[in-house]
Amino acid sequence: MTKVLPGLTRRSVLKTTALGGVATLALPGYLRAQGAPIKVGILQPVTGALSYSGQQGRLGAEAAIQEINAAGGIKSMGGAKLEMVFGDARSTPDGGTQEVERMNGEGVVAIVGGFGSSICLAASQAAARYDIPYLVDVGVAETITARGLKNTFRFTAGLNQVVEKGIANLIALNESAGSPLKTVMIVHEDSLFGSGMAKALNDALPGKGYQILSTIPHPTPIRDFNNVVLQIRAQNPDIIIPSNYYNEYVLLARAMVQQRARPKAIYSILGGAASSPRFVKEFPDAANLVIDCNHWINAKNPRAEALKTKIESGGNFFTYEVFNNYSNVLLLADALERAGSADRGKLIEAIAASTFEGHIMPYGPTKFVNGQNQGAQPVVTQVQGGEIKVVRPEEFANAKAVFPFPPA
Amino acid sequence: MSLLSPEILLVAVLNGVMVGALYALVAVGLTLIYGVLHIINFAHGALLTLALFAVYLAHSQLGLDPYLAAAPLAVLFFGLGYALQRWIITPASHGEDRNILLVTLGLAIIIQNLLLYLFRSDTRTIDLPYASDVVDLQITFVAMSRLIGLVGSLVVAALLWLFLTRTDTGRAVRAVAKERMGAALQGIDVDHIYAVTFGLGTACLAVAAALLIPNFYVNPRVGEAFVLIAFTIVVLGGMGSVPGALLGGLLIGVVESLGGLLLGESLGQLGIFLIFILVLMFRPQGLFGAKA
Amino acid sequence: MKIRDYTLIVAVAAALALVPLVVTSSTVLNFLVFTLLIALAAQGWNILGGYGGQFSFGHAAFFGTGAYATAILQTRYGVNAWAGFAIGIALGALVGWIIGFLTFRTGLKGSYFALVTLAFAEVLRVLANSFALTGGGAGVLIELDVRPENFQFASRAIFYWIALALVIVAMLISRRVETTRFGAQLAAVRENEAAAQALGVDPFWVKMHAITLSAGITAAAGAFYAQYFLFLDSGIAYGAWISVEALLAPIIGGLGTVFGPLLGALVLHGLGELAKYLGGAATGINLAVYGALLILAVAFLPNGVAGLLGRFRKPAPLPEARRAEG
Repeated sequence: MTKVLPGLTRRSVLKTTALGGVATLALPGYLRAQGAPIKVGILQPVTGALSYSGQQGRLGAEAAIQEINAAGGIKSMGGAKLEMVFGDARSTPDGGTQEVERMNGEGVVAIVGGFGSSICLAASQAAARYDIPYLVDVGVAETITARGLKNTFRFTAGLNQVVEKGIANLIALNESAGSPLKTVMIVHEDSLFGSGMAKALNDALPGKGYQILSTIPHPTPIRDFNNVVLQIRAQNPDIIIPSNYYNEYVLLARAMVQQRARPKAIYSILGGAASSPRFVKEFPDAANLVIDCNHWINAKNPRAEALKTKIESGGNFFTYEVFNNYSNVLLLADALERAGSADRGKLIEAIAASTFEGHIMPYGPTKFVNGQNQGAQPVVTQVQGGEIKVVRPEEFANAKAVFPFPPA
Repeated sequence: MSLLSPEILLVAVLNGVMVGALYALVAVGLTLIYGVLHIINFAHGALLTLALFAVYLAHSQLGLDPYLAAAPLAVLFFGLGYALQRWIITPASHGEDRNILLVTLGLAIIIQNLLLYLFRSDTRTIDLPYASDVVDLQITFVAMSRLIGLVGSLVVAALLWLFLTRTDTGRAVRAVAKERMGAALQGIDVDHIYAVTFGLGTACLAVAAALLIPNFYVNPRVGEAFVLIAFTIVVLGGMGSVPGALLGGLLIGVVESLGGLLLGESLGQLGIFLIFILVLMFRPQGLFGAKA
Repeated sequence: MKIRDYTLIVAVAAALALVPLVVTSSTVLNFLVFTLLIALAAQGWNILGGYGGQFSFGHAAFFGTGAYATAILQTRYGVNAWAGFAIGIALGALVGWIIGFLTFRTGLKGSYFALVTLAFAEVLRVLANSFALTGGGAGVLIELDVRPENFQFASRAIFYWIALALVIVAMLISRRVETTRFGAQLAAVRENEAAAQALGVDPFWVKMHAITLSAGITAAAGAFYAQYFLFLDSGIAYGAWISVEALLAPIIGGLGTVFGPLLGALVLHGLGELAKYLGGAATGINLAVYGALLILAVAFLPNGVAGLLGRFRKPAPLPEARRAEG
């Protein structure tokens, strides 16, 4: 790097910085103007039904903003710092929309977050009115990226990607063990993601030699899982596939332990707790060997480990909401860097053309088609010895899967 | 083993009874408050949440077993309920039913969100050493803590009934429930009795929380899951009837359990509401209530 | 019916219609559109709950039916959005008629009526979440295609005017209810059903009339929600949130008054924004402040905002008292 700014050699820059504060004062006015903070909207449901996820998502976004600013901000914009404009979506689509309007009023360059699919649908549409780029952090509904909105991007995996990989990885795990497991029971929450998952599994698995004994939808919240476990015991499936939120997963796991229901494998797809460090810590026995196909970090990336340490040192759990939002903010910063401007139109173009690789997800370079990152994929994790290990795909695995579970 | 074999159905009924007993304990407090004050208490769910947090904190901060914490917390929550009714709900609502609705709703919002502020929205659980102790009933394993929940709920309901029928204060509560004006004329301090009733209803929640927590979790919205079902039970049992709430709770527990087994847990919830609607249409005073 | 009965409504309508010409902030307009939507749902509730004294906890049943009908007719059957809107209102009213028939026939009143309506709304929510027609758990997404014939507009101001027009129509209907024989009968049923019956009023049909009208108005709010947000699921459409909003606004604003629901919605949502401002960034504090403001509002305005405003006017004889004999 010999030329830092047009007309300034490296040496002259060093000389001016040696003069301390004078350097900034000496910068021409237009450069200082470019260095004004860049406002980034972080939209999360921190009150209401989704508040745990919203709280976790905000942590991830904050960590990324802090990191980017500590590393000198957006360099192509004169080292401009990112400034968070936070909005509470209150766990409702109208709450999300109202905050998007406010953020627009405050002049954000982009909005990251939403968490729930219904919030993401409403908020991204509101953002589209003002051409504000909208980065979906979690919302997995396929409809989010199927509306032809030019401003809406999903860096992480959508429902189809998750289900497709989830099924493929299950089959691969079973085949590598000599295909010992045949019968399946699905326990899923009854809103968008759980129902979508259950339908896809029912379409795909019977053709692959699996028998689905039953599919049990349940509401969120549910007060008791003993009847579901009763059915599990009665039908005695080889594999149980749960797909639900954290609280329900905990109740299910506890009821299974109490009723001594031991399937040969628990393979969750978007399981609410199966790759949650809190669950592993609080229920080590129930969590042991549980497999989950979900959003996860690239465990081989040292920066992912660093982020984990940082989040945990603050007394928080390192959950998928954290690193999904963290990665999205990094992606945004990269696009800002390339756009070199806070202009929303240019920023949308820059995101659409993104080949960003500096994230901590197991995705490879970013490539958006109709707003969906084609490289996004869930990975398969398994709880082994109190740790969440990646067991598939091979290239990201840091442990070997225990499949099927050894008899108790 | 077929899903509809007698054994499975029997276990499902047993599950329903155990769950229903806890529903009943939550509903007993609500029905008492309704019977005496004739108000629909929207803060009941939030107060249950508060009670669950209290039990959780007693365990995590003081190392107190939930079952041991039940008695002192019941006393504490009696005081809380008494104070809320006497010094907040009564003065703020000017005796208008519709205003009581708003005040209790406001209280619910305050409690829920202060808990969110103080403890954030993390779901917390207690892992008790005896959490996986079970009783082998041959046809099924039943967690010890769930049996304790069943017995505890029945005992509390019985104690409450004894209190209402055998003590002077209890008789005063029933007198006010029956005839407010008449009771006042006899020299009963109606405001005091109202507050006592609200206190009793809230104290029931503390016990319910202690019995519930070994098999449940705590977060700032947890109580909401029990509100609707508790209202259903109150109406089914006949508003104001303690034995009615107990039987209604058990009935709803069993209906929910069998509905879940036959229709799946999601659609199975319909059973609860359909029974509720049918009972109201054909027996509006509730299954066990006196004629309105 | 005299023109004078309607002049205040027309004046308020004219004043509110000018708002988008003065206020250009989309944040404010969006806030107002949503507040008007709640006011509309509340206007519906007020016909049955305010004028008729039948407190419903289940107006979500009507809101959701209006919303789902509008959305499904467009997405599945290719019906024009405006026609879907009208049919949504009709179907909402039909659901009101059915629920009314089932509950009033058996003489359910008071808290029993309140809770049974809640149960009906829950039944519809569970059903909507379970069947393919309503998209099950995935919900219904109306395709984004911003054209006036699709009831989709680029400008928030147009949505504002439509919402305002709907609220004003609902107010005119309320005013008409106040001044007609039906309104007098409804008030008589509210005050004393047995006495009303003795005077020759049939309480069943009066209440049926009220719940059908009430449901239709609230269904219009649901249909408007569908067009404004273009997405529905069972928790949005049939969730308890809208039942609570629809009953809170008239209680805060003034039960059984023409302006009560609108005033109440403005006050409630205004308090919400005020709480956000007072509560600052601390999660949860703003809503706790909102709860406290709610209690304070009740403590100091026991008769609603309309009651407060009424103090400054010479109290007029109640129309129902004037006409009950007639």
